[in-house]
Amino acid sequence: MSGEPKAVDGGRRAWLGVAAAGLAGVMLAPGVRLIEIARAAPARTGGADPAVRWGMLIDTTKCAPGCEDCVTACQTENGLGTPTRPTDARWIRKIEIKEIKTGRQASVPVMCQHCAEPPCVDVCPTGASFKRADGIVLVDRHSCIGCRYCMMACPYKARSFVHEPLTDQHPDVPRGKGCVESCTLCVHRLDRGEKTTACAEACAKAGHGAIVFGDLNDPGSEIARRVREIQTTQLRADLKLDPGVRYHGI
Amino acid sequence: MKTIAETRNFWLLVALGGLVTAVGLGAAHTMEVHGHVITGMDNAVVWGLPHVFAIFMIVAASGVLNVASIGSVFGQPVYKPRAPLSGLLSIALLAGGLMVLMLDLGRPERVIVAATHYNFSSVFAWNVFLYSGMVAIVAVYLWTMFERRFNAWSKPAGIAALVWRFVLTTGTGSIFGFLVARQAYQSALLAPLFIVLSFGWGLAVFLVVQAAMYRWNDRHLPAETLARLSRLLGVFIAASLYLVAVYHLTNLYFARQAGFEAFILRDGGIFPLLFWGGYVLLGSVLPMGLLFHPRWRSEGAVLAAALLVVAGAFAWLFVFIVGGQAWPLDIFPGHVVSSSFSDGQIAAYRPTAPEWLLGIGGLGAAFLLTTIGVRALDFMPQDDLPAVKH
Repeated sequence: MSGEPKAVDGGRRAWLGVAAAGLAGVMLAPGVRLIEIARAAPARTGGADPAVRWGMLIDTTKCAPGCEDCVTACQTENGLGTPTRPTDARWIRKIEIKEIKTGRQASVPVMCQHCAEPPCVDVCPTGASFKRADGIVLVDRHSCIGCRYCMMACPYKARSFVHEPLTDQHPDVPRGKGCVESCTLCVHRLDRGEKTTACAEACAKAGHGAIVFGDLNDPGSEIARRVREIQTTQLRADLKLDPGVRYHGI
Repeated sequence: MKTIAETRNFWLLVALGGLVTAVGLGAAHTMEVHGHVITGMDNAVVWGLPHVFAIFMIVAASGVLNVASIGSVFGQPVYKPRAPLSGLLSIALLAGGLMVLMLDLGRPERVIVAATHYNFSSVFAWNVFLYSGMVAIVAVYLWTMFERRFNAWSKPAGIAALVWRFVLTTGTGSIFGFLVARQAYQSALLAPLFIVLSFGWGLAVFLVVQAAMYRWNDRHLPAETLARLSRLLGVFIAASLYLVAVYHLTNLYFARQAGFEAFILRDGGIFPLLFWGGYVLLGSVLPMGLLFHPRWRSEGAVLAAALLVVAGAFAWLFVFIVGGQAWPLDIFPGHVVSSSFSDGQIAAYRPTAPEWLLGIGGLGAAFLLTTIGVRALDFMPQDDLPAVKH
């Protein structure tokens, strides 16, 4: 080999090296800057009480087949609109079930089960899916990237992905296209000091009283008393996720 | 020296790759503006065709490094001259796959959030490190191969790349393996299955690219090299078939999975068709015939076999990803269920044009990177020139 090609070769290598270093700098610098900004931000003030475990008891023996009051109340409360397509958000739905062996039927409202060991929180790459100290499982709409891994992981089909631009949102319930969402246990009500969710309230108003909401950790609460006295089950209890929603009569 | 015709062809290929990539980016932009409502995905099938393309490219990116590993880690002289091309293809496929994965996010503009917020219990978060680490390690590996002063470091870099890609594909398989909620996934077999699948898919992609490069340069692979590479692909296909069979057999062993297996293998319409016809017959049995039958062995037959393996890979991934989600969740075992949210029903999924275009755009990006890489640096395998034999 003559010296000339080597010189050309060497120049190209040097150029590639400089280009690679420059590119790496350009790609890394904004990230480093953002980390600094994030660290400088003031810490959030804690709100949720770790002594509380919010939960629900759903008594399917009192739930009327065909009654959708809890579903409608949820849609109104959270500004969800009436779902018509498989892409529309459903935070709570009624499932009609019939045992194959016995033919026994029940009507079951199903929503986010607010697991103590939520698989959606485990799999979320950015930590947008999180569990509050009081047991409520939520999605941080600012850090959800819309990867939908939580929807793959949820055993209850409880989460919805916002498939199109939204209008007329409720100020209490921020939502956004491209993010995943699910039942919040009406966290905006609880944080205002109210004591019940829209679905439980509607069920009581309809005269069924099939949904009892409350603090499972407070021995004096109605929900704690009821789950102590009657047999209840958790959906997919075999997965040992310890859901905060319990069912009676299934 | 590069001739005028070569230069013209290069720019034609760049224009073609650029156009396909641009169409893919346009499709992603349309999805971004209108939302995922314009895709076939919904709240039941949440990952669709873009994931099929993305996971194919990411898994093949790992497998395509095999050629380099066999060359520089295990010292096989036939594979050594092919190591640089293998490394380049790995980076290109990874970039194409990640482009599709990222642009299919609900909020692709928040990718910076994914790069600055990590939840270390998430397999996805590990994969962010595994993918970026892979690109870095393979880039260093390529550097040690091209820079004569660092040639001695090529073996340690090759070993690092080998280990890293095993971990990477374990991570890809585990994205599904850890999903306890769904009957199609939740299996410890998925990590090794994905690793073995990556071997075949990666080698098939390598053979297709190598065949194209040889044909454009009017060169032919030495018969012995062709025989070795085709035997290896045949062995990889057989190993993949074996692990896929074991995966389904273990599922059939558990009584509660029988319904799902009947769906995917017999009753599920498009899914059994794609599984048996696409993956097993066209993607495995036929290519093995082409590769192992002594009368058929030729450059054309090996290329056809490699293309069939790639087609079979897409068929298998569609069955695995979409079929696994189409089967309803078993929230109430032992019950028949119905709801306004399609509980208990098989979910329908029909991919739309933006999904196809985004996926193909990712392949275009990988093609573009490969074309530019091959032009800028010397990636052409040189085994028929005795002077550069090691």
